[in-house]
Amino acid sequence: MRDVAIVATAQRPSQIGTQLTSVELILPVVAEAVKNAGIQRQDVGFWCHGSCDYMSGQPFSFVAAVDAIGAWPPIVESHVEGDGALALYEAWVKLQTGECDIAVVFANGKTTSGPIDRILTLQADPYFVTPLWPGFDAMAALQARACLDAGVVTEEQMAEVAVRSRRDAKSNAVAHLKGDYTVDELLSGPYTTAPLRAHDCSVPVDGANAVVLAADDVARRLAKRPAWIRGIDHRIDTQRLGARSLTTSDSTRIAAEKAGVGRDKVDVAEIYAPYTHQELLLRSAMGLDATTTAINPSGGALVANPAMAAGLARFVEAAEAVFAGRADRAVAHSTSGPCLQQNLVCVMEGD
Amino acid sequence: MSEADGIVRLRQPIGVEYSWSAGPNATSHLSGLMNGKLIGKRCPSCTLVYFPPRNGVCPKCAAILAEDVEVGPKGTISTFCVVNVPFLGQKVKIPYVAAQIVLDGADISMQHLIQECEADEVRIGMRVEPVWKDRSEWGPTLESIAHFRPTGEPDAALGSKAGES
Repeated sequence: MRDVAIVATAQRPSQIGTQLTSVELILPVVAEAVKNAGIQRQDVGFWCHGSCDYMSGQPFSFVAAVDAIGAWPPIVESHVEGDGALALYEAWVKLQTGECDIAVVFANGKTTSGPIDRILTLQADPYFVTPLWPGFDAMAALQARACLDAGVVTEEQMAEVAVRSRRDAKSNAVAHLKGDYTVDELLSGPYTTAPLRAHDCSVPVDGANAVVLAADDVARRLAKRPAWIRGIDHRIDTQRLGARSLTTSDSTRIAAEKAGVGRDKVDVAEIYAPYTHQELLLRSAMGLDATTTAINPSGGALVANPAMAAGLARFVEAAEAVFAGRADRAVAHSTSGPCLQQNLVCVMEGD
Repeated sequence: MSEADGIVRLRQPIGVEYSWSAGPNATSHLSGLMNGKLIGKRCPSCTLVYFPPRNGVCPKCAAILAEDVEVGPKGTISTFCVVNVPFLGQKVKIPYVAAQIVLDGADISMQHLIQECEADEVRIGMRVEPVWKDRSEWGPTLESIAHFRPTGEPDAALGSKAGES
């Protein structure tokens, strides 16, 4: 295995209802990430993009994104129809093959150009679930109800997640929803999709981000303190919501074990939890202890959820914690699909 | 829902509506077409002029195309196709010609219809000009132009820089 690290990152502040095209969203963050790494575009051996055509409503819309990275002289690139975190996994594999030493991963999510609750429902089973149009929030609400009934979470704990996320987001320029709230204040609000209240659901925003990966000595040359990827694993639960437990996340537990989360203390965990109860489930599945691990110190995806870029944003935040010395060991997590169907877990370490 | 041969069939069409943005950098191009003007965009790095301006960025340089450049209205055919095959929804009588046209001052080609000449007269290098629809029909689309027709000028060599590296 080669040693592969994140050596530079860039994110764009969240916006709602941007008039920029996806290409215009991506171009500045890719340019900034490349600049932050101290390299030229021509040094990049592999480009990998994560996005979702259903969100732009155009088949093959991702092809246009190549314009944002500059395709001359000819480049080697790929696209993942999913979160940028999965594109990062592909780039990590590419670096492991030894075919290149530097890869750039980028993601964009324009969640406000269409009805995102309906669009994300298209990820459900296309034969028996999607035609019923349950709604993405409503599927999460079913899961929250199951968790509450099983005593796995309480509404107070869920509100605490929102309070902490909004408070921590105050120091994050990228975050959209930030401020000081109390649990009582949030619990006095009405249910939006019972048992979920507005604070239990993430804020859909338009965003983009980019990450530069490098291998071995190239990584050591490009970053003072690279965020070395020590373990990365992706697992999928069944698509059938009725055929798995909604009160646990086996795919997260297995991915965390394979990535080696429990081998040592975790300083920072950036978890992609679009709903408050999901953060509680994911923490438990990864065996993270909130008294010793800072959970989502960026505010997480609850305060800004650029779908398809929100998972890669967790890698950006975790890597930046390592760069800055705020963490010696950090976890980045990404999810996709209804009720935490797919989960990717990565452990990063500083030198 | 219908039941035949004991099979229950359920039709449940998918419907999702989007609001689409052309983006600030391609907007002057589209507004131009609403006003009878052909506006392309120049790359600040390689200086190529794009008409149409793609997504408002230069794919060679990964640079934002901020500068407006009026191009045409005349242009030169860079390649073409004679359409002989009837298909559902066909609006033009066959045979007709769909051509790639490099407008004067532009470095990439755009596709449009060639009319007012026989299909077998069309050739690479032929000079053409736009025939606009009635002003009441102009919109943010190349369909504001009904078609292109030969100018009768001598054929031109293509001077595009687009293929150079």
